[in-house]
Amino acid sequence: MASQKFARAELRKSPTGIPGLDDITNGGLPKGRPTLVSGGPGSGKTLLGISFLVNGAEQFAEPGVLLTFEENAAELAEDVRSLGYDLESLIARKKLIVDYIHVDRSEIEETGEYDLEGLFVRLDHAIAEIGAKRVMLDTIETLFGGLQDTGILRAELRRLFRWMRDRGVTSVVTAERGEQMFTRQGLEEYITDAVISLDHRVEEQISTRRIRIVKYRGSTHGTNEYPFLISRDGINVLPVTSLLLEHEAPQERVSSGLKDLDAMLGGKGYYRASTVLLSGTAGTGKTTLAAHFVNAACARGERCLYFLFEESPQQFLRNMRSAGIDLTAWVKQGLLRFHADRPNRHGLETHLLEMHKAVESQNPSVVVIDPITNLMAAGTENDVRAMLTRVIDYLKTRGVTALFTSLTTPAHDLEATEAMISSLMDSWVLVAITEENRKRNRWLYVLKSRGMPHSNDVRPFVIGDKGIQLLAVERPARTRKAGRKSR
Amino acid sequence: MSENYALKLYVAGQTPKAVRAFSNLRKICEEHLEGRYTIEVVDLIENPQLGRGDQILALPTLVRKLPTPIKKIIGDLSNTERVLVGLDLRPRRAS
Repeated sequence: MASQKFARAELRKSPTGIPGLDDITNGGLPKGRPTLVSGGPGSGKTLLGISFLVNGAEQFAEPGVLLTFEENAAELAEDVRSLGYDLESLIARKKLIVDYIHVDRSEIEETGEYDLEGLFVRLDHAIAEIGAKRVMLDTIETLFGGLQDTGILRAELRRLFRWMRDRGVTSVVTAERGEQMFTRQGLEEYITDAVISLDHRVEEQISTRRIRIVKYRGSTHGTNEYPFLISRDGINVLPVTSLLLEHEAPQERVSSGLKDLDAMLGGKGYYRASTVLLSGTAGTGKTTLAAHFVNAACARGERCLYFLFEESPQQFLRNMRSAGIDLTAWVKQGLLRFHADRPNRHGLETHLLEMHKAVESQNPSVVVIDPITNLMAAGTENDVRAMLTRVIDYLKTRGVTALFTSLTTPAHDLEATEAMISSLMDSWVLVAITEENRKRNRWLYVLKSRGMPHSNDVRPFVIGDKGIQLLAVERPARTRKAGRKSR
Repeated sequence: MSENYALKLYVAGQTPKAVRAFSNLRKICEEHLEGRYTIEVVDLIENPQLGRGDQILALPTLVRKLPTPIKKIIGDLSNTERVLVGLDLRPRRAS
């Protein structure tokens, strides 16, 4: 990506210090220029701006000025204290100035020509006082409610943004989302360097916050909507992964946990750091197959992290023990850890964050998500797909081999239902049950497995007291050779 | 009508608007408040920190400190009628 490197050299950036945001902006906000942050009430725009100022002052030796038209300084300090920001201490250490500008139309009579030089003087004075490099205006549109002459106001705002550019301060300007326009007063007309949109939606009773870089002149940036979280640690934009497909592609193979299945996968099993989908209807043995995989990984001394979205760890361990796979020893050794959660307990972005945290603390080489379909209940199809892309991207970057189980509803075509996620998967094993002669027969086949010759057999299997056992394929002798090894 | 008026006029340098506002103010005060007013001119270029106390944003701004409550009038004070309304020297008309 030569063009990207070129753009980076051209445009200097001011890091926000907000986890993830600096990744999707390729380094931060445009240095010495204003950035417009637009969003509805409670979308987190004030917090984003304050994080930018606080991190600037604490981490990047860039003092900041907050000019607020919204709340007074004491209320503001109170509000952000819960997020671990101590504004008063920053103010005392001369790293931050909070100037509160109160405008009330009922108190002001307008007669004749005026300008907003008072605002300029105050801002200039504050910047000079602490050598500020960063400025936040929150929310300057409030002025439209306080002053009658919008002609003057618009001309002065234009002058203000130009002045801030000349002054060389990096600024964040917050604005309310408008009905017709991007912001209520069309500020996007004045600030064209960078525009960030924040959104807080509730869909199917699950709330999700999202951030999108609408525009970033002269720089590459992530164009998606990224989920973000406001937690006790402030804002956290997910994922903390790259935008490009540039993971390592190891040649190393890992066993599926079953010799016979490995044989179907080019004789060696899955690729390390690849993604595997196990799909099938209820009760076909997906979890058992996953347990074999985990068992083999632990036996090699590798750490595993198992996300359970359907049953408790105790229930899972008991069920697997009855199928002849005893994983308790691995749990005791700390090689196998569980993370059980109800899918509908949080929004998707919280799940994503929880998963990140769990992966970071266990540092596994194998991750199982069982079943991924339950997680799909926690968001709309697009959201889930976006989230999965991030999970997969994240796991691949860490070199983790990931196995996802997916529950197929019998009414749907077995191969069609996973269309949404299957393209993200490197290998796809399908398990199913058919009824024949009043007997339920289990069988599995490898639907795809990228980068390896794999078997086209549909193999019957049984689950006995030693777990899953694949059975020989019964077929006419003549076709046996022809179907064996194709890609 | 015997109250004393303490007025503060905020400006930033000797701009045409500031000069206009001051002369308009003098004229209005002479006509309507003769002998019972004081005008203090605050230049924010010299004393930028003084802008905070009265929440100065627009310039010029005229602040009526006394009698209370505090009143603010912004602009070059060219509309005498509105200045008088703003200073409570004339009742506000329903427009």
